[in-house]
Amino acid sequence: MRKPLTLLQQETRDGLWMLLPAIIVIAVISLLPVLFTFVLSFTDTPLSNPMPQNFVALDNYLHFLKNADFWSSIWRTLYFTTVSVGLELLLGLGIALLIHAKPLGWQFLRASLIIPWAVPTIVNGAIWRWIYNADFGALNVVLFSLGFIEKYQAWLTKPFLAMNLVIVADIWHSVPFIALILQAALATIPVELEEAAMMDGATVWQRFARIRLPLLRPAILVALVVRTVEAFRVFDIIYVITQGGPAFGTVTISYLTYLESFTYGHLGSGSALSFLISAFTLVMALIYIRFLYRPEALR
Amino acid sequence: MKFNRKMFAKVWLLLAMIPILFFIYAPVAWLVTSSISTRADLLALPPHLFPANPTLKNYTDILMPGTGVSEVARTFKVTLVNSLIVSLTTTFICLLIASLAAYALARLRLRYKNQFVIGILSVRMIPEISLVIPLFIVAARLGWLDRPIVLIVTYLSFSLPFAIWMLTTFFESIPVELEDAALIDGSSRLNTLFQIILPLAAPGIVSTALFIFLLAWDEFFFALIFTSTIAAKTVPVAIAEFTGRYAVDITAMMAGGVLAALPPVILALIFQRYIVSGLSAGAVKG
Repeated sequence: MRKPLTLLQQETRDGLWMLLPAIIVIAVISLLPVLFTFVLSFTDTPLSNPMPQNFVALDNYLHFLKNADFWSSIWRTLYFTTVSVGLELLLGLGIALLIHAKPLGWQFLRASLIIPWAVPTIVNGAIWRWIYNADFGALNVVLFSLGFIEKYQAWLTKPFLAMNLVIVADIWHSVPFIALILQAALATIPVELEEAAMMDGATVWQRFARIRLPLLRPAILVALVVRTVEAFRVFDIIYVITQGGPAFGTVTISYLTYLESFTYGHLGSGSALSFLISAFTLVMALIYIRFLYRPEALR
Repeated sequence: MKFNRKMFAKVWLLLAMIPILFFIYAPVAWLVTSSISTRADLLALPPHLFPANPTLKNYTDILMPGTGVSEVARTFKVTLVNSLIVSLTTTFICLLIASLAAYALARLRLRYKNQFVIGILSVRMIPEISLVIPLFIVAARLGWLDRPIVLIVTYLSFSLPFAIWMLTTFFESIPVELEDAALIDGSSRLNTLFQIILPLAAPGIVSTALFIFLLAWDEFFFALIFTSTIAAKTVPVAIAEFTGRYAVDITAMMAGGVLAALPPVILALIFQRYIVSGLSAGAVKG
């Protein structure tokens, strides 16, 4: 006769059964694909016959290291990430502080923030593309009638300008997310703390810099890491607004990977690029875990 | 004196809200007015911001297409249904698998639990582009391309880690005594999970379900790569196609945009409270 299991053994057994479906799914659709991508990155597999073919060692990687398009896509991605995440943090923090001050109608402002956050990314892109339209877009109409421009501008025909306009669209979508988390974090700061500081004659700035900012740090870091990872992989909004144009001016690293894999049909070199993106993401994940993840939160 | 300063601050803050609200609502207003404009109104010179002859024709063109409507507009309705099927099925399957895993992580004594949770966090960050090539190859072999199932399965790659993480946090906030009592009374673990924890965790589950639904409804990249016809194409792909190879069908695109944005926006506004608490629980949809 088998010995009955101890309570701990029972828990382990039950726990494994309960985790099993999740483990299988994650292994099959996330972990194995990442490994498979790594393997493919050493081959010259074409899209037309997608089975791993000739082994080309590091050729795909070496090719990109010498490739100007690759480096400019990296710089563009870094520009997009820094500028959009930086501005989003500043604006998000400002809006969070504004809501926290509870001016007349703050509930309305907070509810309004949900709208851009909930609008699907593709619709967001479609709206802004139409706003920037050279002949009939709202941006031209408004700026022209206010006298800021003398004639209608073709906004999306200048590469650097187009990149900045995509950033504006991204900010519209993402600021609410940051403002909402920071506002929720602000609400958890004990009132007594600020009252005590006020009694002691702290100025508004001192209260912000010495009390709010330090206590907001974890929430700011979470927002920062999450948004950086997302901005680094930006694709959807670029696809709709500029399709990577003009003159490759908005081709970020994800967009280059897409072009390489599915437009030019080089799954091998596309895999090399997508593996580089995974590597960057891994670094960000490690930062996230190192600085932000507290196991005690999970007991 | 003090009163005046306070009033001044209130007014100043109220003024600060105006540009923010303008930035939020101007694009939305432009989307909605464009969607009820005729083509002639939109392309009129000099342009006007409000349509001279508001019309619902763009919507009827999409919802009850007659002849003379573009291919994408005619099939838009089907893509709405596809999006709904894919998002709802993903949400359901994901909740089922994730609540089992989250229960184990929140309640049971397991070795390597922390490592597992860290693994989940890292997996959540893997971008779709890092998975798409192998998934494409396998889906092609299985003959799954252009079928809803390929989206339902691949959407689990981002929704499942996300849901496990969020549900674990919610389950942990439920007092453990109730289930201990049930377990002592001889209830099995699955029974305890479904009859005690899930009802208590209802707000957390609603919140998680909402986030997964929004993520799946929003998803574009996998849908772009894995689907090509109305057999499985989702709304975001259809909207992107309005700007596609041929001339931009702006009125249809704007009406389609409104229809695609309505379900998530309405859900998010109704469940506002859950969204804010979900975001602060570390839930993340950018």
